[in-house]
Formats: sequence, C-alpha cells, structure tokens
Amino acid sequence: MIALVTGLLAFSGALLMLIAAVGLLRMPDFYMRMQAAAKAGTLGILLIVAATGITLGSLSALLHAFLASLFFLLTTPIAAHLLGRAAYLSGIRPMVLEDELAGRYHPATHELRSSNAPAASTPGSDRIEETPA
Amino acid sequence: MTERLVGLPVSSPLLTIAMVILVAALLLALVRIVRGPTIPDRVIALDLTASLVVGLLLLLGAVLQLLAIVDIAIVLALIAFLGTVAFASLIERRTRE
Repeated sequence: MIALVTGLLAFSGALLMLIAAVGLLRMPDFYMRMQAAAKAGTLGILLIVAATGITLGSLSALLHAFLASLFFLLTTPIAAHLLGRAAYLSGIRPMVLEDELAGRYHPATHELRSSNAPAASTPGSDRIEETPA
Repeated sequence: MTERLVGLPVSSPLLTIAMVILVAALLLALVRIVRGPTIPDRVIALDLTASLVVGLLLLLGAVLQLLAIVDIAIVLALIAFLGTVAFASLIERRTRE
C-alpha cells in the first residue's frame, strides 16, 4: 500500500518534471520557458522529495525530506525572480502586446519604479518589488 | 541495509518508471541548453537540469534505501541555486556596464 502511494507520488512528480522540460523546450518566449521550468519543476521535485521521505520512512528521512522541500520552496522562486530580472534588464523583451515594464527600470541603478514618473528623480523612494516575469 | 549494496531491494516499479521519465526530461533540458538563443535560456535550462539530477538522486536513494544519497541531493540543490544566482547577477552586472 505504502509502496503504491510512494510510487504514484514519484511517478506524478516525474511526470510534472517532464512537463517542465517539454515546456522549456517548446515555449516560444524566454519568460514562458522560465515559468514552465520554475513552477512545474518545483511541484515535481516536491512530490519526489515526499516520495523519497515516505519510502525511507525513518524519522531522520522524514526530517530530511521536510527540510529539503522547505529549501526548494524557498530557493526556486528566488532563482527564477533573479534570472527573469536579469534577462529583462539585459534586453530580452517578453512576447506581449503591451510591455508594462517599459521605461520603469532606472537605466543606471536598475531600480524599478511603479509610476510613469521620470526615473531619474530621487531613486528608491517609492519603488516596489516586482518581477518582470 | 549494508549487506545489499548492489542488488535492488524490493520497491515499486513505479519508482523505476519515474527515473526513466526523469532521464527523458533531462535530455529535453539538454537540448534547450545547446539550442537556447540567449544566455538566460541556457541558465534556466541548467537550473532545471540540476533539479532533475536532484530528483534522480532522491529516487535512487529511495530505491537503494540509502539516506546518504538524500544528503548528496540536498547539497547539489544548494550548489545549483548558488550557481543560478551567480549567473543572474553576472548577467545583470554585465548589462549595467
């Protein structure tokens, strides 16, 4: 019974990671590729971690699995955020009709501003943290 | 646990199928690394590759009943995250200059 549950967990996790890889290969735009890899990949690796923890079964293994899933939940969005920001600033434009981030990054300091005010005045006063993804 | 280092213990065949699927996904991600038109494409494909290898290691630990492999997987995930962050800051800093 437990073998069936863990097998199904691992299988669905692997399937999600395959979906992430297919999305990474087939999506037309860097940001769509990043979204496919980050979201589906995270859920897939979480399911696989859960399957491994339940299969090994000991308290130490469950603790390892818990800490590993916490780590993945923390780091994958951060990596995707930083990479999307770096890609947008390096000039890769998203495939959208209207680029809402156009002109809102300060060209020298790379600070993001929420309003359409000229970016050169007082940097860092009312900026918001948003990913371009 | 120690007397069975080579032969696979009894485990669900679904774990093996999952490992095969992960290898297929690994090949697709490698194609994106080779083809990717820009550097961020390659970096995100490398990140997915690392997490696929982590998944493979975790499943290997589950099949072999070895907890130490899980430790290796966690360390690999940490190094991959640091590498992705370093690549991102490198890309961003290169555009600033």
